[in-house]
Amino acid sequence: MRKKMGLAVIFAALAALVLPSVAGAATVGEVAGTVEEKALELDMVWVAVATALVFLMQAGFMFLEIGFSRQKNAGTGVAKIFVNLALVSLAWWAVGYGVAEGGGNDFFGTSGFFFHFDQVVGQGEEAFNVGASDTMLMLFGMAFCAVSLAIVWGTTLERIKFGAYVIYALVFGAVIYPLIAHAVWGGGLLSDIGGKPVMDFAGSSVVHLTGAVGALAALLLLGARKGKYDANGKPRVIPGHSMPLVGLGVIILWIGWFGFNGGSTFETGGAFFGEVMLNTQLAAAAGVLGASLAVYVKSRSLDVGMAGNGAIAGLVGVTAPSGFIEYWAAPIIGFIAGLIVVYAVLAIDKLLDDPVGALSAHGLAGIWGTLAVGIFASPRLIVEGAGPGIWYGIFGDASLSTAFGQLGVQGLAVVFTFVVVFAISITTFALIKATIGLRVSDDEEEAGLDISSHGMYGYPEQFIPQPEYSTGLPSTIGAGTGVPTPAPAQMTATETR
Amino acid sequence: MKKIEAFIRHEAFEPIRAELLDKGFPSLSIIEAKGSGRQKGIVEKYRGSTLTVNVRPKLKLEVVVEDKDKGLVVETILKHARTGEVGDGKIFVIPVEEAIRIRTGEDGEPVLQVHEDSEIPT
Repeated sequence: MRKKMGLAVIFAALAALVLPSVAGAATVGEVAGTVEEKALELDMVWVAVATALVFLMQAGFMFLEIGFSRQKNAGTGVAKIFVNLALVSLAWWAVGYGVAEGGGNDFFGTSGFFFHFDQVVGQGEEAFNVGASDTMLMLFGMAFCAVSLAIVWGTTLERIKFGAYVIYALVFGAVIYPLIAHAVWGGGLLSDIGGKPVMDFAGSSVVHLTGAVGALAALLLLGARKGKYDANGKPRVIPGHSMPLVGLGVIILWIGWFGFNGGSTFETGGAFFGEVMLNTQLAAAAGVLGASLAVYVKSRSLDVGMAGNGAIAGLVGVTAPSGFIEYWAAPIIGFIAGLIVVYAVLAIDKLLDDPVGALSAHGLAGIWGTLAVGIFASPRLIVEGAGPGIWYGIFGDASLSTAFGQLGVQGLAVVFTFVVVFAISITTFALIKATIGLRVSDDEEEAGLDISSHGMYGYPEQFIPQPEYSTGLPSTIGAGTGVPTPAPAQMTATETR
Repeated sequence: MKKIEAFIRHEAFEPIRAELLDKGFPSLSIIEAKGSGRQKGIVEKYRGSTLTVNVRPKLKLEVVVEDKDKGLVVETILKHARTGEVGDGKIFVIPVEEAIRIRTGEDGEPVLQVHEDSEIPT
């Protein structure tokens, strides 16, 4: 109804311009107000589209992780995504949004808990009453929080207890991610360091590094998968079971990223999101090439999984700079991120068992992206108070000291994110380990999490021959024992043949 | 000549393979098998309902050796496949009439000769 009224006013206003003498025409002030209202609504339509794209990334994480797991751990990846997405959504609504966006002090927000319509959020001059457009932005933030959490579990595949997801998801959605989001985007500590704000356009550091640091904390307490290291401590290959699923996951993430970076404009004004989206695409493309080249040089083969990791690394790398750089910088950032991911995956594999390469693709590429802002940020695009990238100090006429100052500020964001997220995460996981336990038993790991945690295989016919030809023998066989005895592990193809 | 067929747990295979190779028996085959024995089936849960599967996945290991080597291979399998729990599997020893190496056409026991160290692929 209100929308129809708005249109009516516009038509009336146009009529008034043509026919100034028409009685009852809207004033210029009324027309300006209506145009502003329409502009906000258009902005929110874009944020709504972007929000849906960012939520779609959950499917990307699901397929990526399942593809990199063995068949016996395929079903658990599905259950994990659903339960985590559900928990983090409610945690963000009840607590997380308030901590991130609710004004407050340098460290955390103090209003906006149990988010509801017309609620007062923020303090003093910045306080506002929650309306529909604020709700749209809150939902966009929820999608980001969910992405950050999804990154955490990449290092923990095939051996973590399901209960760990439940507890950590709540802590993460209510406290960990909101603290970092508040510091950078919510007017907290990192939004003003000696007058300079940290520039993280869509969250190389806030979202991706945060997730990766949580992943590191989990991995340190969890340990490697059984059989990952031989008696001499040399890493062994445990291949994932489906490269097509990995590819599908990467492409879905890639598409979702247009909402992730493009939506972080929060507006349609000047169609600036188009610039952001092109930067996103160029970096992803260069990431694929960087990683493919690096892995070819290193191993003389074009590795399927690494090409996908390269795309993700390029995207993570450009996430922070996407709104601050000229087009030519995007491929450089993406290409370097692609190189980083290959060498980092191979180096980390010697010490830590990270099945999907989350520490490299999200952690190191996230750090690179955050610092890349300090190198490539264009004077045309930087936010008020910030310094341009050192590139423009060296090759342009920007002040080099201001540029290095900004690079330092970007570095501080990395350190702050690492310290805060690591401290809270390692504490949380240590408590989980001390109480319900973090890791499944050896037998359960052998049998696979599908049968031991969920009572059913993700690919039943791979393990159960033809259940439809049951002889109808007494179903009491093995029944009544509660938890089924784990079946011996299905070994991967390369191990058995 | 004897063919040794052993139904074993998956996790027993790798140590058996490593030791047989070490002792000079690199030639063997495995087949993914599903079977039943004294070990009960698996009760699965699917969309809230239960489903009993009466066979379990096992590996079938096949090795053909000269009569004199039979004991060695059987011992190796027993050593690594025995956990003491129900479900460790069974070993069957079957006489073999002929053996022919396809590459050379040679037949008889030379086909099954314990390999020289230099012939064992690493």
